[in-house]
Amino acid sequence: MQSETTPGTTPAPAGKTLPGNEAMLSVRNLKKVYKTDGGDIEAVRNLTFDLKAGELACLVGPSGSGKTTLLKCISGLMAPTEGEVLLNGTPVSGPPKKMAVVFQEYGRSLFPWMRVRENVELPLKNQGVPRAERDKLVDDALEAVGLSHVPQSYPWQLSGGMQQRVAIARAVAYQPEVLLMDEPFAAVDAQTRADLEDLIRTVWRKLGVTVLFVTHDIDESVYLGERVIILSSSPTVIQEDLTIDLPDERDQLNTRSLPRFTELRHHVYEQIQLAKQGHSPAAAVQTDSSAGSGAA
Amino acid sequence: MRFLKTLGYLLALPLILVAIWWASTLGETNFFVPTPALLAEAFAETWFGERIFSDVLPSIGRLVVGVASAIIIGIVAGLLIGSVKWLRDLTEPVLEFFRAIPPPVLVPVLMLLMGITDGMKVAVIISGCVWPVLLNTIEGVRAIDGVLSDSAHTYGIHGWARIKYLVLPSAGPQIMAGIRQCLSIGLILMVISEMFASSSGLGFTIVQFQRSFAIPEMWSGIVVLGLIGVALSFIFQWTERRVLRWYHGLREVENAV
Ligand SMILES: Nc1ncnc2c1ncn2[C@@H]1O[C@H](COP(=O)(O)OP(=O)(O)OP(=O)(O)O)[C@@H](O)[C@H]1O
Ligand SMILES: [Mg+2]
Repeated sequence: MQSETTPGTTPAPAGKTLPGNEAMLSVRNLKKVYKTDGGDIEAVRNLTFDLKAGELACLVGPSGSGKTTLLKCISGLMAPTEGEVLLNGTPVSGPPKKMAVVFQEYGRSLFPWMRVRENVELPLKNQGVPRAERDKLVDDALEAVGLSHVPQSYPWQLSGGMQQRVAIARAVAYQPEVLLMDEPFAAVDAQTRADLEDLIRTVWRKLGVTVLFVTHDIDESVYLGERVIILSSSPTVIQEDLTIDLPDERDQLNTRSLPRFTELRHHVYEQIQLAKQGHSPAAAVQTDSSAGSGAA
Repeated sequence: MRFLKTLGYLLALPLILVAIWWASTLGETNFFVPTPALLAEAFAETWFGERIFSDVLPSIGRLVVGVASAIIIGIVAGLLIGSVKWLRDLTEPVLEFFRAIPPPVLVPVLMLLMGITDGMKVAVIISGCVWPVLLNTIEGVRAIDGVLSDSAHTYGIHGWARIKYLVLPSAGPQIMAGIRQCLSIGLILMVISEMFASSSGLGFTIVQFQRSFAIPEMWSGIVVLGLIGVALSFIFQWTERRVLRWYHGLREVENAV
């Protein structure tokens, strides 16, 4: 598959794939090279994985490993250099209808000329959702992120964390089938962060939405995900695709104090350290058997 | 109380200036500089009568039509050129050239082409006023934030909705700056378009008074122009404050950090 892998080592491990039409979202041999005046920048070398419908996967990786780039390719904002993204079996060539994205740069993703409520409402209004239904969805979403008291404020009157919650409310109100989130909690305080993590899990279970959640916080990835996809540092491939075998019912105190939680976060931590030191993912395959799929 | 204070600030300086003017014209009698009383008298006599309908209103009408057309043309063309890359690359050098031509030189040209008509005068105003609006709109459309644009894109906001909810508001501050310039250029061109071979209008009347040495009347015409300018400026500021309230608020927050 990759000509540059040295002989003797196994090829870079791909993420988990599903047979036939079971996958909601498929990423196949995705490669992205930015062509700039200063030369080509290879942001992502080769990524392959599937998400099944209703799955919640977290994506972790060192800074600059191409997480944002991957999300932009998945959401159809950018065409990959090689490989493809399939949504329900159809290649993605532009932003799909039933997909919502929460961007990393929360401060720049809300319309500063619209009030909070109008921001959340706009995508629904644009879709022609009737007034009464729209009002309900917007109210529920604002309530869910704890912002029902500021619907008439402008985004720039709010703190960074509140702005990010507005962006999350907008995505939730939109009722997407696939929700992509790019480090959405980077700017919120610890308490709000914990609340929002639980909110994401609640929304995920209630709506049955497929979520790909990018974070650099290891604890968060283990706490939130059913699965954690770890990216290597550049040249970016999948370092490991780890199943999180924690009980489905999670809560901040108990889940985080489970021995298995600690094991998993140790493992993810190690993998990221390895990734940062530029260890080839082939080495990761060996450690995988010791911690990744060890008995719970 | 607040209202009185605002009014005080508004009128204090003009009143002081008139007082200085009055004091300096007390002793001497310079034929070319009338006293305030004389000017006020000439003003009332000259402008509160037939001339409102024969000169002032037609001039203002042409100004309004010219400026409004320039704003609409500038915004529509600016949206188009700003959003389409190849159109921008194609038109940019040409636009710079046309913008560099001082609009008054177009008066004789347009006069030959269109005759001395209202249409010609409006065309002169448009030809000068359209540039700041057009170029600012192009600039504003180009400067739309990438993340905001991506957000709109992922939420399926395309076409007209994109223009209405994203492009126009985002370029709003720049467009308003263009309109401000457009208004002052418009007033100048309104006068100039009436100074050549015309038979009515404010510009014509003022030149007429000057030629017949009706000095106080000539000055009173200049006062009328000043008043129109002030009125335009007030209307502009009032509108701008409403349209760009979010922008001023945002700037305040940013500056406070
Ligand atoms: N528009 C672009 N043009 C050129 N290079 C880019 C562009 N966007 C990203 N890159 C480069 O691609 C690489 C991956 O960037 P990306 O933003 O996807 O990383 P990331 O994993 O999201 O990082 P972070 O965790 O810091 O957000 C980086 O080396 C970056 O410099
Ligand atoms: Mg990123």
